[in-house]
Amino acid sequence: MADNKENIPELIVSANPHIRHMDSVPRIMSDVLVALFPAFIAGIYFFGLRAFSVTLICVLGAVCGEALVQYLRKVPITINDGSAIVMGVLMAFCCPVTLPFWMAFLGSFLAIIIAKQAFGGLGNNPFNPAHIGRAFLLASWPVAMTTWVLVSKIATPLSYDLGGKARVMGLWWNPFWSMADIDKICTQSNLDAITGATPLAHIKSLVASGNMEAAFIFAKESLFGCFIGNVGGSIGETSALALLLGAVYLFSRGHISWRIPVPMITVVFVLTLLWTGSISIALFNLVAGGLMIGAFFMATDMVTTPVTGTGRIIFGAGCGLIIFCIRQFGAYPEGVCYSILLMNAATPIIDHYTLPAIFGAVKTNA
Amino acid sequence: MSLSGSLNVYEFEGGVHPPHSKKSTEASSIEVMPPPKTVVIPLQQHIGAPCKVCVKVKDEVKRGQVIGTAGGFVSAPVHSSISGKVKKVELRPHIAGGEVMAVVIESDGKDEAVDFNGVKDYKSLSPQKLREIVMKAGIVGMGGAAFPTHVKITPPPGEKCDVVILNGAECEPYLTSDHRVMVEHGDDIIAGLEILMQVLEAEKGIIGIEDNKPDAIKVLSELVEDKPSITVLPLKVKYPQGAELQLIKAALNREVGPGKLPIHEGVVVQNVGTAAAIFDAVKNGKPLYERVVTITGNSIAEPKNLLIRVGTSFKDVLEYCGGFYPPPGKIISGGPMMGTAIKNLEVSVIKATSGILCLSESFVDSDPYSNCIKCARCVDACPMFIVPSILGNTIEFMNYEKAEALHVMDCKECGCCTFVCPAKRPLVHWFKFAKAKIVAAKRKKKG
Repeated sequence: MADNKENIPELIVSANPHIRHMDSVPRIMSDVLVALFPAFIAGIYFFGLRAFSVTLICVLGAVCGEALVQYLRKVPITINDGSAIVMGVLMAFCCPVTLPFWMAFLGSFLAIIIAKQAFGGLGNNPFNPAHIGRAFLLASWPVAMTTWVLVSKIATPLSYDLGGKARVMGLWWNPFWSMADIDKICTQSNLDAITGATPLAHIKSLVASGNMEAAFIFAKESLFGCFIGNVGGSIGETSALALLLGAVYLFSRGHISWRIPVPMITVVFVLTLLWTGSISIALFNLVAGGLMIGAFFMATDMVTTPVTGTGRIIFGAGCGLIIFCIRQFGAYPEGVCYSILLMNAATPIIDHYTLPAIFGAVKTNA
Repeated sequence: MSLSGSLNVYEFEGGVHPPHSKKSTEASSIEVMPPPKTVVIPLQQHIGAPCKVCVKVKDEVKRGQVIGTAGGFVSAPVHSSISGKVKKVELRPHIAGGEVMAVVIESDGKDEAVDFNGVKDYKSLSPQKLREIVMKAGIVGMGGAAFPTHVKITPPPGEKCDVVILNGAECEPYLTSDHRVMVEHGDDIIAGLEILMQVLEAEKGIIGIEDNKPDAIKVLSELVEDKPSITVLPLKVKYPQGAELQLIKAALNREVGPGKLPIHEGVVVQNVGTAAAIFDAVKNGKPLYERVVTITGNSIAEPKNLLIRVGTSFKDVLEYCGGFYPPPGKIISGGPMMGTAIKNLEVSVIKATSGILCLSESFVDSDPYSNCIKCARCVDACPMFIVPSILGNTIEFMNYEKAEALHVMDCKECGCCTFVCPAKRPLVHWFKFAKAKIVAAKRKKKG
């Protein structure tokens, strides 16, 4: 034994298994960031460099909030696992590009403290912190959170020649403008307001005024714009195409399964189709608003969703149902954020009632 | 047979796909390791009662001589693996940790064997007689669990076995010992399977092999061409395809429920190596005192498949394989998914040792674990449909009653959940711990 120890280092003893899959929490988080990149690029392309600043500030708020709490609690600071960065990016993606910087910072700073760190950090939060942040801002500053820049009024680098006269020149390149600047520009150059309703809000007002014919036509005409992202809305949620690209990446890496997004999208589509009888409006409901980012990036947040297979399907279908109800019957044009938060609250009970019967048990009990 | 060549139709749910890592030994023929100078033969090499020693210090023993008799029905005798003199009978370190009584024998260099009384026309023997031979030969499950084989082939009253499944899945990464036995001793395996079918009066025999071993499938398929009752069934590569319940599900679509045994579904599963050992015991009268072991891993100089005498120390085996390069961080008895990490190289190869895996420090995952992020990968991976994430959190809060309600006792410790966990949580470790706690609490309650 003595001679063993001379040429063999102390052997490690631990329980099986002795090999591990290479995926780790930081690896998953960096893959989510990679998956969000197309939507980030789309957001910057359509809304200008200010989208970049808002995102950066939200990330900063989230990282500062997490680090501060962990510093005060004297626990290891885990900002480099990437989850705070992901939360900041997702939070920014649900906000309009016009949001004042201080609100963006405060929103994600408070959201990560109240919705995540107060419960003990990553893994323990019952609600999606990014959506808590958005809900907090929407409740506190409803006007700032619903001021949507019309993409058609911003001259993007590629659209100078395409009728640039009606557009605000230079706005795209300015990462720091505020709403006061815009008002000034509009007054000086005799431009109409460059903000307006999102497609979902517009169609809602058309339906409310009883003008169904116009609603059908609007849905049909704006389908492509919504799919590409060339419409008013939050920074990261307007381009269904970019989000789908990211979702394909997450699927291919095995980080999300079909169990939540597919039932969620299917329920919204089928119910809208049955209710309105219009395939255009049903398709429009899929690509407009936050459904894509919600289904693939928010409702698939691992921490706040059920773990059982059946539970995840129920969760997705429940989100779809609530989105349909809010969009069709509610006061808000958009319901993705609240649908996910409400289903988050139901997650523990869904898990409790959907625990699978163990291998072979069904047969013997039956 | 009709099924030969086509993959299993049925499939167990869950499971994982660890890298196979079998390249370095899957093509190397079984090499015979010369008997060592000294063997240390533990008297407990199986599940069940330990053996009673029946030799004294200074006794002369021959190869194949009984040195420990079965300590009960669920027990199996052990035999000397070399000829020589008994030096000591004392406590020695054991693979499973702790110490057990062991017989230390020093070789006289002659390697003389006792007379093996084989039965050439064993087909005329009664099932009872065959069971007795299997029992006396000290045969235990060689896949790793080491359950005494004669117990497994004695169906409880009222139960009838209609299918014998031979387990040649070898789903553990790195290991190739079963693979090589199938390629090189296929005829022994088939003969062993026929003996098992004779004992159990079963009509059908199936040999399940993961289809990453095409050479073994080919060899055995050719051997059973004229045997209509035996089927070679290639299986999809998925861990734990070779776990008893999952194998039965994949081969027959029968599910063995909690608290039940395979025999309740009319099935008996044996490892392919065990079948070959049964044939050796019946036909040649040879007791189980040697076995094929895969010595592999990135920190062993010459990976090999070796035929090793039971009782040879790991140290002797590893030296025979050229020693370590680079230095090992972890040495595992068995495969990487279910094997046991050992602390002391003095431990002996036993009947259930299927492999010795030497991994360098860089291969040993020592990241600290973090909170469960509820990603549900373990839930999707668990072949027993336990919910490991919730169970792990329950045990972390030391709530063993709830852990029992969440079926911790049905966990087979296959390691799938821990393998996939991105938070690197030591789930199997906790489940083992909780099981021990629950068993201890029950024992205390009883009195």
